[in-house]
Amino acid sequence: MLVIFFRRLLIAIPVILIVTSITFFLIRMAPGGPFDAEKTLPDQVIKNLNEVYNLDAPVLVQYKDYMFNLLQGDFGPSFRYPGRSVTEMIFTGFPVTLELAFYAIIVAIIIGISAGVLAAVKRNTLFDYIPMTVAMIGICMPTFLLGPLLVLYFGIYLEALPVSGWDSLPGDKILPSVTLGAAYAAYIARLSRGGMLETLNQDYIRTARAKGLSEFRVVFGHAMRGGLIPVISFLGPAAAGLIGGSFVVETIFQIPGLGRFYVEAAFNRDYTMILGTTIFFSVLIIIFNLLSDLALLLANPQSRGNNQ
Amino acid sequence: MNNQSLWSDAYRRLINNKAAVISACILAILILAAIFAPFLASHSYAYQNLELGATPPSSEYFLGTDTLGRDLLSRILYGARVSLLVGFVATAVALVIGVTWGIVAGYFGGRVDSVMMRIVDILYGLPFIIFIILLMVIFGRNIWLLFMAIGAVEWLTMARIVRGQVINIKNQEYVMAAQAMGVPNIRLFRKHIFPNILGPIAVYATLTIPQVMLLEAFLSFLGLGVQPPMSSWGTLIRYGVESMEEFSWLLIYPALTFTITLFALNFFGDGLRDALDPKTSED
Repeated sequence: MLVIFFRRLLIAIPVILIVTSITFFLIRMAPGGPFDAEKTLPDQVIKNLNEVYNLDAPVLVQYKDYMFNLLQGDFGPSFRYPGRSVTEMIFTGFPVTLELAFYAIIVAIIIGISAGVLAAVKRNTLFDYIPMTVAMIGICMPTFLLGPLLVLYFGIYLEALPVSGWDSLPGDKILPSVTLGAAYAAYIARLSRGGMLETLNQDYIRTARAKGLSEFRVVFGHAMRGGLIPVISFLGPAAAGLIGGSFVVETIFQIPGLGRFYVEAAFNRDYTMILGTTIFFSVLIIIFNLLSDLALLLANPQSRGNNQ
Repeated sequence: MNNQSLWSDAYRRLINNKAAVISACILAILILAAIFAPFLASHSYAYQNLELGATPPSSEYFLGTDTLGRDLLSRILYGARVSLLVGFVATAVALVIGVTWGIVAGYFGGRVDSVMMRIVDILYGLPFIIFIILLMVIFGRNIWLLFMAIGAVEWLTMARIVRGQVINIKNQEYVMAAQAMGVPNIRLFRKHIFPNILGPIAVYATLTIPQVMLLEAFLSFLGLGVQPPMSSWGTLIRYGVESMEEFSWLLIYPALTFTITLFALNFFGDGLRDALDPKTSED
């Protein structure tokens, strides 16, 4: 089992290298330099700037320098915010995004799994239909719609919760977390319902029932372990989705997280910042996928044998 | 003969599925409305009437006007053109790449297959949203690039599904029998494999369209998609959100149109899956 994990890990390293290189050269292909945006600067200033940012060196040398600095955790200076390094911005933004994502996942797991398990156990009753209809709505309703609607209702109409900010007013983390978590709650509900339904039909569940276990122990002690495997394998790819979602949620709620930095950098053509965050996010996603693979191997003994 | 009964069976099942039929009607109306937008829209979608400003729905402007005095109904109708076009074109791109990739991997199997699917696995794990944003930033906000970029992302699942199906069918006894009898590859493929993968392809394509439309709306919402004066539903929602406190109709109507369309596409796709592939429709 560990062998499988290390093989995945070994594949991850060249992938990170390739992603980093592609991003680097894509950015270098971008038309126009980073300094010819608003007004034309004197030639000497541009020359000096290029020198400071190491843009006058041949591309391959720049590449070598960048990769070398990257190994030491240095993403270079920001083009738009003089004096601030990309590393510094990533490390101020990332904890906020991580916290947001963490709450969102907690919301999604709690709501999703309880709804899904309930729907599976009470199959074809109202306890099945209502949560599944809500889940369908949750999947169709994009984050950028749900967020504003929640703001409109809870923030402006009821005036119950703050409509923006992070860590400044009590309760201002509730709406962003729910907004980001809702779609995942819906997916998790559907996945756990499907997984539970399949598991509940298995022979070993019949055995558990036959030996007189309470329905509670059957569901929570026996069926859930197998039934929730689809949910575990969903969590890795979900992390990728969470990043996209965090862009929207952080923009709507004006949260100073990495997602908003990224969108701003994209608008400002802050190339080093874009490069840095792209690499950072990619590595993060790869690590998340590895972790979810590992969790899957731990939860499902079958996948240990035949999964190369 | 066999093929025909399969499809007519599926058609019968689809017609009996109320949600799918209603969804199909809604979609048909929407597509027609988008095609005939110039005739249906009573006002120009780009004409700004700054003196008028934002007005709530009235008999003159059925869905009201936006802050620049533009008719919201016209903007939604023209937005439908962009949003649906993105949905169909990008899905077509995804379809071409995904189906080809899946067929080649599944049909040849062995080393070719494992290399090709490994690539899919690796790509699957990357944060594509970021790369799309990156492409939009570098190459400008071009609508055709948007189609290509989204299509290039959405093909992965299609490739997996097609590959699985091809392998499944290739290992059926009747295909092996045909192979043993010396039926040439091309004919084997055209006669036995291709008709059998059409169903899952159709189903998955229908379910990809809403995903693509969501992605486009997401990019437009961030301000990286379609540029004004053109409007897609995503841009309309973006402006709706900006002014939702005073002019709630600017958010509500585009949002409603968008959500209903996504619903219809998802229900129609589900119905299609139930009709074409009754076995896998359990979950």
